[in-house]
Amino acid sequence: MFKRKTVALLLGSGLMLGTTALSAAPTGQMLADTCAGCHGTDGASTGPATPSIAGNAAIYIVDSMNAYKSGERHSTIMGRIAKGYTDEEIEAMAEVIATWPVHETSQQVDADKVAMGAEVYEDACIKCHDEKGSLADDEAGILYSQWLPYLNYSIEDFKAGHREMPKKMRKAIEKLSDEQIEAVNQFFAGQPQK
Amino acid sequence: MSNFSRRDFVKIVGTTAAATAVGLPAFTAAAGSKKVVIVGGGTAGATAAKYIKRGDSSIDVTVIEPNKDYYTCYLSNEVLGGGRKLESIKFGYDGLKGHGVNVVHDMVTAIDPAAKKVTTAGGDTFDYDRCIVAPGISLRYDTIEGYSEEAAEIMPHAWKAGAQTALLRKQLEAMPDGGTVVMAPPPNPFRCPPGPYERACQIGMYLKANKPKSKILILDAKAKFSKMKLFQQAFEKHYAGMIEWQSVEATGGVKSVDGSAMTVTTGNGDTIKGDVINIIPAQHAGTIAKTAGLADDSGWCPIDGKTFESTIHKGIHVIGDAAIQSPLPKSGYAANSEAKVTAAAVVALLNGNDPGDPSWVNTCYSIVGPDDAISVAMVYNLVDGKVAKVAGAGGLTPMDSSASDRAREVQYAYSWFNNITSDIFG
Repeated sequence: MFKRKTVALLLGSGLMLGTTALSAAPTGQMLADTCAGCHGTDGASTGPATPSIAGNAAIYIVDSMNAYKSGERHSTIMGRIAKGYTDEEIEAMAEVIATWPVHETSQQVDADKVAMGAEVYEDACIKCHDEKGSLADDEAGILYSQWLPYLNYSIEDFKAGHREMPKKMRKAIEKLSDEQIEAVNQFFAGQPQK
Repeated sequence: MSNFSRRDFVKIVGTTAAATAVGLPAFTAAAGSKKVVIVGGGTAGATAAKYIKRGDSSIDVTVIEPNKDYYTCYLSNEVLGGGRKLESIKFGYDGLKGHGVNVVHDMVTAIDPAAKKVTTAGGDTFDYDRCIVAPGISLRYDTIEGYSEEAAEIMPHAWKAGAQTALLRKQLEAMPDGGTVVMAPPPNPFRCPPGPYERACQIGMYLKANKPKSKILILDAKAKFSKMKLFQQAFEKHYAGMIEWQSVEATGGVKSVDGSAMTVTTGNGDTIKGDVINIIPAQHAGTIAKTAGLADDSGWCPIDGKTFESTIHKGIHVIGDAAIQSPLPKSGYAANSEAKVTAAAVVALLNGNDPGDPSWVNTCYSIVGPDDAISVAMVYNLVDGKVAKVAGAGGLTPMDSSASDRAREVQYAYSWFNNITSDIFG
């Protein structure tokens, strides 16, 4: 894991831009830079809804792109875009995206809901979304400071069966009320807490 | 150029240091670095400047742009609809300066590809190792009889955002209920292919809420247009009886206009009166691209697909709307994407390396009603030296997409705007 990240870091640096150019395919950096128009420079979205992709585990990006490509994961536009890339290209861009630092946003959240969400988080989410959802090593998507509309859309899609949920997550979600889910989304969106 | 470098140097180091011998070694070193001059600080030019600096900060990058502020064409239709203030589509150049880019507010009047020199109206010359030309479009006023730059003060095009956008908005506000807005979209190719039809929807949104007896008559210079079925669906769904689109095949398009009578006359000889008339004329590459001999007979600039280097003048790259970049569209996202690919190529070439294989994306949203947006997307790569669509990728919002997906697309459209503008100017 460490080695892969190091390679990606080197690929991402200006010094390597030229020397990697002899390869027969676009570099990971070339591919990942095209995401910025919607997901922000270096994957740090300025919102209001499109998620930051920075700092996600490479495997999470690869899985997401493949699920979009096959239609297994519902999307408005990502399915159409994911179909434009080979497996190798998706892996190359994912390696670069994984090196970008997790983005911190500043969103308007409801303090009471955030407090309630913190409890829900401790009870139901922390096992797979440790460190307030900021840990890429979990291989779950980065939820920390993520844009609230995106978190809400994601839950809607999970519950509607438009996106596959790991068994553990389905079990956890089934036990939560709509109010609790809304609160935990506010909790993630409200990070870092002021 | 050496004059400019020195001035810039003085700004950074301070007058005292620069005036002494202490400043000289640094000044000499700066003069020895590779120089890129970028003509035009719009979407393509500003993105290229930022990404060259990201790729190799030792390259001396100068952007020459006449305007102190840039108004984006994208989302300017929402200003016309009243959902957004003009201020929110205005961007300055402090971000680029923060990345170490020299920003000069002047107008480039000549480019000498042999001497590798750019000359401005202000009388300065700038040497370059590589030049990037990104002037956007020029409007061909002479393609419609009676239309001119002066007539555009009466019948605005609003196809370069800013004062023209404000003028058209003011006219819509002043129009009485029951009035007619006449729109004349241009022939292909032109900047922002879905733009005129999104504009009709945005004006429709304003009129429906404020002046519901009014009409929008679109007299097109074409028989078909971008996202056509989706727009026609939106016209029917949100603006039935208000928006009427007429193909060039039915009317012959707008052939002449009369600003004092506020009329347009079609190719079929019908004269139609409008309370507000929006003439979007045919387009060519920005004037400097033509002056510099970078355009061919089509009025646009032929380029090598891999690097967007001009096939007419070596050492000059043409990016954004001015280039013949098809199948990439003349859109903001494409300009931003082209700029990054070309920035990487310029960095590679100036370091004696081969440019890498390119990859481009286009994503374009149109907000067609309240909680209703549609999109088109495509991924492009290089095939046999030419830009090509990746087979099986991309496409349009489905005609039958759900209301909740259409509402999400509105939020993604706003996110697109925020992210792309911060990627360019931030």
